[in-house]
Order: sequence, then structure tokens, then C-alpha cells
Amino acid sequence: MKIPENTGDHSANTPPATGLAGWIDQRLPVISAFRAEYVDFRLPRNLNWLWNFGAILTVVLVLMLATGIFLAMNYTATDAGAFLSVEAIDRQLSGGWLLRAMHMTGANLFLAALYIHLFRGLYYGSYKAPREILWLTGLVLLVMVMATAFAGYMLPWGQMSYWGADVITKAVGAVPVIGGALEHIMTGSDHLGDVFLHRFFVLHFLMAFLVVAVVGLHVTAVHISGSNNPLGIEPKSRKDTLTFHPYYTTKDLVGLIIFALIFTALMFFWPNLLAEPANYAPADPMHTPADIEPEWYFLPFYGLLQSVPSKFGGLLAAAGSIVVLFFLPWLDRSSIRSARFRPMCRVGLLGLVVAFVLLAVAGKHHAEGVWMIVARLAGLYYFGYFLVLLPLAARMEKTRPLPSSIAAAEGDA
Amino acid sequence: MMQNTRFLALAAAVFLSAPLTALAAVPEPLVPPHQKWDFDGPFGQFDQKALQRGFMVYDRICSTCHGMKALTYNDLNGIGMSEQAILDLAHSKMIAGPPDVSGQPTSRPGRPDDHFRSPFPSDEAAAAMMGGVAPPDQSRLAVIQPHGADWLYAFLTGYRMPPPADAPVVPGKFYNDWVDGHLIGMPPPLMNGMIQYPDGTPATVEQQARDVTSFLVWAADPHRNARHRTGLWVVLYLIGLLVLAIAWKKKTWKRVKSQ
Repeated sequence: MKIPENTGDHSANTPPATGLAGWIDQRLPVISAFRAEYVDFRLPRNLNWLWNFGAILTVVLVLMLATGIFLAMNYTATDAGAFLSVEAIDRQLSGGWLLRAMHMTGANLFLAALYIHLFRGLYYGSYKAPREILWLTGLVLLVMVMATAFAGYMLPWGQMSYWGADVITKAVGAVPVIGGALEHIMTGSDHLGDVFLHRFFVLHFLMAFLVVAVVGLHVTAVHISGSNNPLGIEPKSRKDTLTFHPYYTTKDLVGLIIFALIFTALMFFWPNLLAEPANYAPADPMHTPADIEPEWYFLPFYGLLQSVPSKFGGLLAAAGSIVVLFFLPWLDRSSIRSARFRPMCRVGLLGLVVAFVLLAVAGKHHAEGVWMIVARLAGLYYFGYFLVLLPLAARMEKTRPLPSSIAAAEGDA
Repeated sequence: MMQNTRFLALAAAVFLSAPLTALAAVPEPLVPPHQKWDFDGPFGQFDQKALQRGFMVYDRICSTCHGMKALTYNDLNGIGMSEQAILDLAHSKMIAGPPDVSGQPTSRPGRPDDHFRSPFPSDEAAAAMMGGVAPPDQSRLAVIQPHGADWLYAFLTGYRMPPPADAPVVPGKFYNDWVDGHLIGMPPPLMNGMIQYPDGTPATVEQQARDVTSFLVWAADPHRNARHRTGLWVVLYLIGLLVLAIAWKKKTWKRVKSQ
């Protein structure tokens, strides 16, 4: 555990709490722990705006829980009642439309912020020693959040909920040998109805709180290993770091408010950019919609799923695209973290982002026609980046020289 | 060399087999002409007078066949109807009650918190009575229907009587420019002067179509006025907060630069 030394900053000179606060702190040191981890905690001085997304994700998570609890109080998890209970929240419950709008916008922007956060980790090599566990807990969170988002999307029980569930349960059913059993565990009966909906409601609610627990591990890990930074070199002296407060509290605040502006603009003025209109029609097992597509944040994986001719193969590709990330710390053997000093990796990563977006667009076009080729090429590139390019780059890449210290790079040696 | 060619051919077959299917593309859906609506755009607001006229059209005409089961009579508060008017309206609707002691079906006058009365006892009954297809519920119609308001208006004013000379004549079907295949079982619902607006607005087909379209868009998004108004204040507040936060951040970080 890093114990912050006396820093010369006013905050670190705060005397230990006295009175009631001191009495509590001697018995359960929550106050001094908070001060150590969120006031005096030292971070590299060169963190850029991409480091705001940790704080942003935390705040959105709290918002999701706060709104979700009140939505759950007014929700009915039955085949016959689910759709109308969501309509009643939107129409008759006082302030319900705002609760639901926050929860829906929050879900979309949570995933968006998560992808940016993940990209930052990839770009600056935040997955490398000594931050492997930090990376792994983050990926566990990614998987959990995706499961939570999927379960949540089932709950309004509109056409897209129903037919999305149909596609996914059948995809799971395509797993050899155990597929049938897995499908039955998901659906709970021979059709998508009360049992399925109830299971996914409980799953959605439960997962949300499990996510909070794993976030606890993730944040603990970052406080043990310290934050990475855009240069990817460890701080060497006190000159390389700044205290969390007031430097990064003020910077996070600016980032949070800008994020809140985007959030509110979408929620109040352009809600239809994020909502799928077809999901405002109630689930109808007798009527397959012409266009079944998942929410935008699942489109890259949907593109992968559809680019492989076999159902099980598609499932493997989509799942593999996340599994491969778990092996990243051991696939990339380069000793240099930040892509700033790795020309090959930098270009390769740009390609990875392009491939990810192309997979999403292909997914939107159901990987039909030209998009089938695009999806296959993008999918090949995606796996190629992790399995071929990164291991090769560690040996072949001509890296740029690293600065001697963070302060030196900032012109403050 | 041989090997190479075969590989290329195989690769080409794998990658090119798919696009052939793309040639059989779906025909482009009809795009209705864009109308100017008060409620369009990020700051748009519904005109309550138009909504009230639109509800009158819905109540007198559309509701004969189309339900709106997500709405309650109380929701009409949102179009500026008074509590007394809502109470009177609900009272005028007979709603199915529980079976009486001898098992006979009963009915009772509606209450303000009742959902809009459905025109048919069930979707199956609706389909059976309406020639096989149940008239769609209109609670969210304006959201689900592509091109929402523009399409609704184009459709309501798009019947052609008599149909164009080259159109096929099918008994029980009507010609409309804005539906797939141009034939639809729903007869033209609006006629000039069919209803009389209490505010004296001339009830032309176009006027009724505009009003009922506004009402349907409101029904699909009843809190739009409040959403736009609240949003404006929230954004203004956040911009003010952002200015302060930037100033604080700059002041704080100046110390780093001068270290």
C-alpha cells in the first residue's frame, strides 16, 4: 500500500481528525483511508482527458443504480404485464419518464464510456505489469456490464427485446453438446415468456450490484499499482506526480460536466438517436420484425456473429473477440507501454479501431453483400492484431526513445 | 503456381459469394413530403389547441377501430383538458366490469384512471371483425411508423377516390399513395366538415389530418413539452457550472506550471 509522504501540498498537512471524527477514525479508519486514497493519493502529473472516464463511469454507475431501483419498484416482470408497466412508468408515474430516460441514456453512455476507457488502456499499455489484475478485473466488468445491458434490454418486452432474446438463446443453443441445456437454462421453459422475463429481471438487478463489487476490486487494484500515464513510464520522483485533490478532482469535475452536457443533450433533445423505435411495439411471437438488430454497443459483436457461416462458429468468434483481451498482457511482450513510442503498434491500434467500427456497420447491415466481406476482413484484422501483430511488434518494432522522467518530458526536469 | 491460383479462387469464392444476394435489394420505402410541425426539433413544443382538436378527431373517428390502451383518461391533462372535462369524458365511456353474481358480464361508467377503452374485446376479435388484420394500437404509432408525423399526415390525406385508372381494383380495398402496394382495407377516415371544432377552426380533411397527427405524436411522446423545457434549463445550468469548474481547474493547475 502506498502511504503518501508529506507532500508540501496543503492537503497533506491536514492534522489527524479530532473529536467525534477522530474517535471514529481510531476505531474504523474510514476518514484517514479516504484522505489517503482520494485526497493525498498521488497520480502522475501528465494524465490527459482520457483519464476522466474512470470517474465518469463511477458516476454513471451510481446514476444507473439510483434510477434502476425506482424503476424496479414500478416494473412487472410478466409476459402480459411487462410492456404496459414500462408504458405506465413513462406515462402515468410522476417523473417516471425522466427516470426511464436517465436509465436508458445512462446505459448507452455507460457502454460508450467503457469502450473509450478500454481503448485508453490499449493505447497506453495499461494492461502491462504491474497492472495485469487491474486489466483483468476491468475485462470481467466489461463482460458483466454487457450481460447486464442485455438483460436490461429484455425488460420492456418490446419487439426487439423479444426477438433479440430469440436470436441470442438460439445462438447459445448452437453450442455443441451442452447447447440445448444452456438454452433451457436461459429460457426456463419451451418458449420465451414469464419464466425467461422473470429470470432476466432478477439477473439484471443482481448483476448491477455484483458490478459494484467488482468495481471495488478494480479501484483497489488501481490504488495499489498506481495509474498508468500517457508516457507509460513509472513516476520516479515527487516531481512526476500530483495529489488527487485538488488537481485531479478539478480536472475530473470539468470532464464530468462536459460528459453531463452530452448526456443531457441526448436525453432531453435527441432521445430517438439512442432508442430503437421498434421496441415500442409490444413483443409478438407471431410476427418477426423485418430487421432484428441489437443496440449499437453490441453491433461489432453482432457483425462477427454473422460473418461466420456456422452459428456456433459465429458465437465462438464473438466470444473470442473478448476472450482474446484477457490474454493481452501475455500476448504483448514489448517492454514499452505507451503507443506513443511504438510506431507499429500505434498504426495497428488505429486499424483496430477502424476494424471495430467496420464490424459494427457490417452488423447493422446484417453482414449482407459487400458487408460480409468487410466483416470477415475486419474480423480477421481484429484477431490478427492481438495474435500476430502485437507478438511480432515486440520483436521487430523500432521504438522511439523514452523520456528520462515524466517531469523531464513536461519540460520541468 | 497452381496451388496459388486455387487458393485465390477459393478466397474469391468465399468473399464474393455473399454480394450476389445484395442485388436483390428491397425497394426504397416511400418518403413522405416533410411538413412543418411546431413540435419538431430539439426545442419544439406541442400546440395544446391543436392537440385538443386532434383528440376530438381521435375520439370521434379513429377510436371506433383503433385502441390506445397505454393511455388513461387522466393523461389528457397533458393536452390541457380540465379535470371536469376528463371526468365527464370517462363517465361517457362504458367499461367492462367484473361478471355479476350469476356470471353475466357487466359494464360500468369509466373513471379518470381507467385506460382508454378498447374498441374490441381482444386482438383476435378485432382481426375477425376487420377482415383478418387487427387495427394497430395507436399509443406509440407515431414512434414506430417510419417518418412518423410526416407519414401519418401524408397517409391521412393520401386516399384517391376514384383510384388512378391503372390501379388494380380489389373489392373492400382503398387506394392510398402512401401504403405498400397502394391498397389498404381501411376506408378514408376523414371527410370535410365531418366534425365541428368548438374553436371555430374549419374542419377540412387537411386540418383534421394535421390535428390528429399532432395528437398521435403527443400520445407517443406525452412529456415532450416538459422534456424540452426542462432540458433547456438543465443545459444552461451545466454551462454555467462548466465555466466555474474550468476557472477552478485553471487556477489550481497554475501552481503546477509555476512550481
